[in-house]
Amino acid sequence: MKKMKLVLVGNGMAGVRTLEELLKIAPELYDITVFGAEPHPNYNRILLSPVLAGEQTIDEIVLNPISWYAENNITLHLGKKIVDIDRRRRVVKAEDGTEAEYDRLLMCTGSNPFILPVPGKDLAGVIAYRDIHDTNTMIEAATKYQHAVVIGGGLLGLEAANGLMLRGMQVTVVHVMPWLMERQLDDVSGKLLQKSLEDRGIKFMMGANTQALIGDKDGRVMAVQFKDGSEVPADLVVMAAGIRPNTQLAEKIGLHCNRGIVVDDTMQTVTDPRIYSVGECAAHRGIAYGLVAPLFEQGKVCATHLAHFGIGRYQGSLTSTKLKVTGIDLFSAGNFMGGEGCEEIVMSDPYGGVYKKLVIKDDKLVGACMYGDTVDGSWYFKLLREGRKVGDIRDKLMFGESNIGDTGHEGHSRAASMADSDEVCGCNGITKGTICKAIKEKGLFTLEEVKKHTKASASCGSCTGLVEQLLMFTAGGDYSKAPTKKAMCGCTDASHQDVRDAIKADHLLTIDSVYKSQGWRTPNGCASCRPAVNYYLISTWPKEAKDDPQSRYINERSHANIQKDGTYSVIPRMWGGETSASELRRIADAVDKYKVPTVKVTGGQRIDLLGVKKEDLVNIWKDIGMPSGHAYAKALRTVKTCVGSEWCRFGTQDSTQMGKDLERAMWRMYAPHKVKFAVSGCPRNCAESGIKDVGIIGVDSGWEMYVGGNGGIKTEVAHFFVKLKTAEEVLEYTGAFCQLYREEGWYLERTVHYISRVGLDHVKKKILDDAAGRKALWERLQFSLDGEPDPWFEHDKAAVDTRQFTPVGAV
Amino acid sequence: MSTWKSICTVDDIPVLGARRIERSQGAAVAIFRNAEDKVFALLDRCPHKGGPLSQGIVFGESVACPLHNWTIALADGCARAPDEGCTPRFSVKVDGGVVHVDVDELNSIALDEAPVST
Repeated sequence: MKKMKLVLVGNGMAGVRTLEELLKIAPELYDITVFGAEPHPNYNRILLSPVLAGEQTIDEIVLNPISWYAENNITLHLGKKIVDIDRRRRVVKAEDGTEAEYDRLLMCTGSNPFILPVPGKDLAGVIAYRDIHDTNTMIEAATKYQHAVVIGGGLLGLEAANGLMLRGMQVTVVHVMPWLMERQLDDVSGKLLQKSLEDRGIKFMMGANTQALIGDKDGRVMAVQFKDGSEVPADLVVMAAGIRPNTQLAEKIGLHCNRGIVVDDTMQTVTDPRIYSVGECAAHRGIAYGLVAPLFEQGKVCATHLAHFGIGRYQGSLTSTKLKVTGIDLFSAGNFMGGEGCEEIVMSDPYGGVYKKLVIKDDKLVGACMYGDTVDGSWYFKLLREGRKVGDIRDKLMFGESNIGDTGHEGHSRAASMADSDEVCGCNGITKGTICKAIKEKGLFTLEEVKKHTKASASCGSCTGLVEQLLMFTAGGDYSKAPTKKAMCGCTDASHQDVRDAIKADHLLTIDSVYKSQGWRTPNGCASCRPAVNYYLISTWPKEAKDDPQSRYINERSHANIQKDGTYSVIPRMWGGETSASELRRIADAVDKYKVPTVKVTGGQRIDLLGVKKEDLVNIWKDIGMPSGHAYAKALRTVKTCVGSEWCRFGTQDSTQMGKDLERAMWRMYAPHKVKFAVSGCPRNCAESGIKDVGIIGVDSGWEMYVGGNGGIKTEVAHFFVKLKTAEEVLEYTGAFCQLYREEGWYLERTVHYISRVGLDHVKKKILDDAAGRKALWERLQFSLDGEPDPWFEHDKAAVDTRQFTPVGAV
Repeated sequence: MSTWKSICTVDDIPVLGARRIERSQGAAVAIFRNAEDKVFALLDRCPHKGGPLSQGIVFGESVACPLHNWTIALADGCARAPDEGCTPRFSVKVDGGVVHVDVDELNSIALDEAPVST
């Protein structure tokens, strides 16, 4: 079959990224031809500033070398600007007469710098800052001339000024507005930035209106003249007063343009269905984006349509900004200026060079502007995108996520100040140097890509903030994926919430029906979505939906915890952490009989037998004769207790009995993630109730209940939830909380993350303010748990496939 | 010349699951069955850290290793990019619902690979 022809006009980041996405999903569909006006292969335009500053070379910022085009059978025309397109004959024409036919056309013409329409703008030595040619012109000028003037104190202008200054020029930045980067910074942070750039030697003329550029007798610029008649000397003038979508060609061939080539959510132009457009030239819902993350998202969507999959929709992006001037940290996102109806939280330390402003509206974070300390930028950006209520964390908001006890990277919070040999990811032993190298060499742009290639932040995720900073510094990109809704995995576009909602609304009972209704692209999902869907089904429709063991992770399939050598660990249940001589004797006998190499007491007050062979599991369970401890499952694990009033001279309540009652009432409870309880008999809190999913603390007058604690990756102190009088109340409230989490939580979301997503107020409303709703939740949990089997003994009922414990054959 | 030996029926393997064939020498061999009843055999060792692939979640024509979630293609035993590495594959044929393996292969491939659990 003859292949269709795809022509890409514009060999830049957005267009080539779209091709890469297309080649991933439909490598054989098209004969591809690429036209680029510049004589270079696709390079990372964002990194021109580090090149200008002498921190990187042109070769280092090339994303797709010429060989890449050849390897993918792409015909590449460099240095050939397309000047016309015949839409009827479907032919593009280059300046030099080269022609190419197309079936589909991708217009990625990018943007043009805005040149101030002043006299003298065409003089020699007056340039824009847009491409490799401009960058080389500046580098060359710096070797010959002394005075540079940059017109425009925005992102690009300041990066240019910084680079020229580092190359030895005396630089003046002319800015018409009262402070720098007014589209990204407020006046305070803008002035802090100005001060720190002044300290480096850059001069500023604020509120200055350029009237003309004065030339010398050779036609080269020599000065900039302002409206008030004053002049500053200039051998080089860089126009960095903004960019405009480059729509010249699109307009010429009759495509509808309005501040960009107008496209719909599939990135198809509204005028010609054969023509698509992504990147800075495309206007989507009235916005032409100039940052890399939105462009890549657009590329991904566009690729699915070019590949005839027709699934993706681009729905716009929220963007954030960082300045790529080494040593200067600033971050802004959203509505950082505030205004009517907005509240501001501000922390300002001008001498320390730190400024943070958070803008809140209707109890949601709507904007952030930070200078000097930006490590929490990505966290604020996440809160902003998710639009979640922040009332419950408002008092901690300013201090950021990183101040709440991350472990695993020595407390580092500023990636820039780390040495290359410092470990960023403590789980996988990945250093800063390794990550930066991978980002540069493999051309990585997103957190997902760094995770895949380096494994950094791929395990526990506590170093995510650091990795994002490294991406920012190294790839220069706006790293963040912008969709407010995140797909569950690569198999689908549906989010966890979409799937939960559909299962409930449409009474879905099987994994296949979910896949069908939510448009799964894979026949049986993957190891990440299938266990989630299985959990959603059985938690939403208990006694109706059938548990599928093959959709469970091995630990929940074999009811033991797999270890690094392929053996398993066995942890029998000890109610409330109490045991007896006969239980201990049976455990000891089993250890001898099955030659268990390691016996360990766990943090949750249980006994762990490590190194049990899979073939022995069923027998060891039988010999020990104690219930499954579910220490392998996303389920209620242990209820840790202190001795309590029965023995302790300080105890005010019988915490052990309370713990036993809670455990007996709620064991076998599957949940989105593991669940741990603790009960302490007095505020000395020996059972560490403050870092458990549900912590109960006895006081003289009753029980205090805490929720959402976590002793793991990020030590999270549980929130005080409610004060209760009786043990019955403790059971009811704990059960209701667990059921709410079971019904609303996303798979693999611990209670702390669930609460941080929905807000503690929501949980309080459902459980504390609504007595009938609370009782209904508690009843639903009891209904779910009623008659649930112990998987160690009731194999059939628990759908344990016992064939797994014996080999199918031997040779 | 292959020496085929019947080892089990297709139904002895769970759909989207696996079973193990023990070998007198070398690591066990995992036989997988996918949703379309296709049967595959790989050495039961992930090329990454030796995880028992027979214990992983099977989807499409892949299995996710239970230890660190590498995705291994059932057809050729190779890890999905950007991960790198392959585990040996073994021939299987299904005849009238009965799974056959090649004894010569089982007795000759990857014998020095120690079993996962030792």
